[in-house]
Amino acid sequence: MFWTSYFLAVLALVLAWPVPVLLSRAEWPARAPFMAMVLWQAIALAGGLSMIGAMLVYGLEPIGDNLIAGLRSLAGMVLHNEPTTALGFWHLFALSAAALLSAHLVFTLLLTYVKIERQRRRHRELLALLASPSADGPGTVVINHDSPVAYCLPGGARSVTVLSDGLMAALEPAELRAVLIHENAHLSQRHDLLLWAFAAWRQALPWFPTTRLAQVAVNSLIEMLADDAALRTESKGTLIKAIAIVASGSPRPAEQFALPRTSDPDASPESSSLSGTGGADSPRTTASRVSRLLSPKPPLPAAQRALVLAASAMLLAVPTGLLIVPGLLG
Amino acid sequence: MASLGELERAVMDLLWAGQEAATANKLRDLLAQDSAATDGIAGHQGKDLAVTTVLTVLSRLEKKGLVERERGTRPHRYQAVSSRADHTADLMHEALGSAPDREAVLARFIGSVSESEAATLRKLLGKN
Repeated sequence: MFWTSYFLAVLALVLAWPVPVLLSRAEWPARAPFMAMVLWQAIALAGGLSMIGAMLVYGLEPIGDNLIAGLRSLAGMVLHNEPTTALGFWHLFALSAAALLSAHLVFTLLLTYVKIERQRRRHRELLALLASPSADGPGTVVINHDSPVAYCLPGGARSVTVLSDGLMAALEPAELRAVLIHENAHLSQRHDLLLWAFAAWRQALPWFPTTRLAQVAVNSLIEMLADDAALRTESKGTLIKAIAIVASGSPRPAEQFALPRTSDPDASPESSSLSGTGGADSPRTTASRVSRLLSPKPPLPAAQRALVLAASAMLLAVPTGLLIVPGLLG
Repeated sequence: MASLGELERAVMDLLWAGQEAATANKLRDLLAQDSAATDGIAGHQGKDLAVTTVLTVLSRLEKKGLVERERGTRPHRYQAVSSRADHTADLMHEALGSAPDREAVLARFIGSVSESEAATLRKLLGKN
């Protein structure tokens, strides 16, 4: 049982630093964005699991031969006041750290959800008063604004895609279709759940390289996935032109802060607290999207896709197996 | 009978269009006129619309921080907290701002673009 905790600790370290750094520099994710997304999720889940698992296994070592037996003895100590003398200081420290980290992760996940939902609700309320329905179908609204703007606000059945007058004026019908398909892909593939989970992951452990790299990678991968959805019906040239028009008409970052903000009482403290998580590097996202469209590389061969999938499955299976299997066997 | 959401929108439109603060009674009359003019069915909404409904709508809007009332006079007079253009700018700031949490709140077609990148894209656009 002792070597299990060391192995899990090493796995946690490897997944917290070298692996995400290598993956974020790799070229292949642009050729198989879906597979890369699966791998990032596996890295995050396995990383969290082995971090908590390592501390738990180390702390329970004196009171159980395996995790399940150890947890049972621990429950006896907590619930029935059985003597805790078997546990030394470092064991108790590791157990407390495991409990705190688990609580911290769950709490941050929920808190991030509440924050995101509150901002979305506020945004939806304003849209209901300011935007008018569009001819492009239900769930699409138009807002009176000169810059070419397109975005979607996820929210299950109340999801809405927002286009600006400026966008409608600047784009040809085919380009507008490409934009709409792109945005609908975000909604139908539930990218909001991924963004939520990885935003929370980063918020919870901001000092880990893996959480920042994962969030940046995921932001860029969902754009690639949505672009691929648009490419199924619209031509590459159309999509590139749409991206170029929208990007060249968007305000520069410096101008955005000059916009008046008069009546958003809860925005400033909240956005500044969330800004602490750092930028999501969207400029590079746009650049990598365009270069991916301009000089396309062939999709990753099936064998390599299978390899990525197998690696993801292993990442999840190994820590789970190490934690649970000894208990089931013993 | 129009839904509360539609009524909120109609009330805000009136407040944004009007120059001065208005009482709930005045707003009710204006809403009745509007619906008589647009519906064709004379006063369909106006007949049903009670002042208390207008007050409900106004208090909902007040809670959302969109409407404020002058408490000095009776009956209270209501006005929009800021102009339609300001609210639109607010909305766009939220949609376009480069704060990282935006990425989680809403998905933009294009994120913020650096100046050099925009120049490259413009060049690209010229060639097409």
